[in-house]
Amino acid sequence: MQWETVIGLEIHAQLATKSKIFSAASTAFGAEPNTQACAVDLGLPGVLPVLNKEVVNMAIKFGVAIDAEIGRESVFARKNYFYPDLPKGYQISQMDLPIVGKGRLTISPAEGVSKVVGITRAHLEEDAGKSLHDQFPGQTGVDLNRAGTPLLEIVSEPDMSSAKEAVAYARKIHSLVQFIEICDGNMAQGSLRCDANVSVRPVGQQELGTRAEIKNINSFRFLERAINYEIERQIDVIEDGGTVVQETRLYDSEKNETRSMRSKEEANDYRYFPDPDLLPVRVTDEDIETIRTSLPELPEQKRLRYINELKLTDYNAELLSSSREIADYFETALCRLSDQPSLLANWILGDLTGALNKSEMGFADSPINPEQLTGLLTRISDNTISGKIAKEVFEAMWNGEGSADDIIDSKGLKQITDTGAIEQLINDVIASNPEQVEQFRAGKEKVLGFFVGQIMKQSKGKANPGQVNQLLREKLKP
Amino acid sequence: MSLKTEDVKNIAHLARLAIDDDAVTDYASDLSNILDLVEQMNQVDTDNVQPMAHPMDAQQRLRDDDASEPDQRDKFQSIAPDVENGLYRVPKVIE
Repeated sequence: MQWETVIGLEIHAQLATKSKIFSAASTAFGAEPNTQACAVDLGLPGVLPVLNKEVVNMAIKFGVAIDAEIGRESVFARKNYFYPDLPKGYQISQMDLPIVGKGRLTISPAEGVSKVVGITRAHLEEDAGKSLHDQFPGQTGVDLNRAGTPLLEIVSEPDMSSAKEAVAYARKIHSLVQFIEICDGNMAQGSLRCDANVSVRPVGQQELGTRAEIKNINSFRFLERAINYEIERQIDVIEDGGTVVQETRLYDSEKNETRSMRSKEEANDYRYFPDPDLLPVRVTDEDIETIRTSLPELPEQKRLRYINELKLTDYNAELLSSSREIADYFETALCRLSDQPSLLANWILGDLTGALNKSEMGFADSPINPEQLTGLLTRISDNTISGKIAKEVFEAMWNGEGSADDIIDSKGLKQITDTGAIEQLINDVIASNPEQVEQFRAGKEKVLGFFVGQIMKQSKGKANPGQVNQLLREKLKP
Repeated sequence: MSLKTEDVKNIAHLARLAIDDDAVTDYASDLSNILDLVEQMNQVDTDNVQPMAHPMDAQQRLRDDDASEPDQRDKFQSIAPDVENGLYRVPKVIE
């Protein structure tokens, strides 16, 4: 039987505020345990939550960026359950009236392919603390620094039909929240967490299959693997005559498998009700307009501008608009080399990205800044150096040997464009290879490449390849 | 009676309330009376009425995003039953 997959994602983005959602305790990462957990976060008697304005603004920013309806009146609710890292016995979240309603996001799961994924809603909630199970034998240690950290939970429609699409969507969200500066996107520190709802059904069936929710996915690579594992598992279960159980499963990245969490009966009985400590949040049209005008250019707008105005390829445009860091680098460089967007794109996505990846660095801490890179590329476009020599200069710049012009001067890399000098080189090479000259004259065009190679080698790569080709053809004429 | 004794036990467990077995029947009947009253209210036509999340006609006030709260860990931990290395210590919660 042919199967198709249906995937929806729930992404928790930690909002990049200085203080918590309902208290003035700091949200900075890595502090000593419980030094950033105040009376409100601890749920001590008599405290009242007071909502952080910036949290509301950030949620609206996201809503505007995904073209969503913003809840003019949104309500906080209590989600009740008991766990030691949740001191109040309930999590403040949003249920019936979330701050962000239906929106959409365009993703590119493959080159030249685009697809619109629906976003059901995005709501605000507080994070729980951290339980440390390996600190004390037979006991659990609780660090409440994270308790009360603001989260935006972004829930997608079940619009994705492969692990690849799910990853493309997650990456797009990851890049978007960083573009609009509401989340630092640091997945290793848990700033962006992803749960996947996965089900399968026979091709052509309208009704959805039973889904499993996969948790504990902390990278895009694991997201793809976890989903693919889960798809296989569900198909196996059904083809063996069984039925898929609706449950939560944990992904184990070491074993690359998902396992059922022991789910107690009451696990999903959260008894939501409106939090009497918090009044409804009202948002006006003016609030939304103010935020809309403050938004930077969004990744999708950039992508389209790169294609339509800068005439970049779809592929390059997609990559250059994929993160704030890379887009900023590209655009800073473009200011200095505005007539060469393609050359710039190729160098940024080629040599520079390669070198950065190799050293595990990001664009923000690149040893070659946009100014230096354009310095180099200017010398390619004005024919001072060839593309090949440019790679040598690039490497020297990477190692901190100075600007492109300094390096070209000190290493004597300037291209030879003097016709006399090039002719001399050509004459030498022709003289020492009579056999190849014969072959060429007999019609073997390929031999031309051999000569160009020899001449470039003699000139240590400095001869202008265009001139070499032209002059060589003339000299080789019988 | 809309609530059975098992429902009462389950609700008590979810709320981590210890109740005497003897009292379960009474709770079931009292709570059922409340639910019956709600059921009676449900007969009112509310089609054009917005659900009310809060009885006060006011909106949430917002605070500026300042991390001004000082660290008072020692104070808070002095009233906790079990603390070590800055962590609150609780019975093991996973197997």
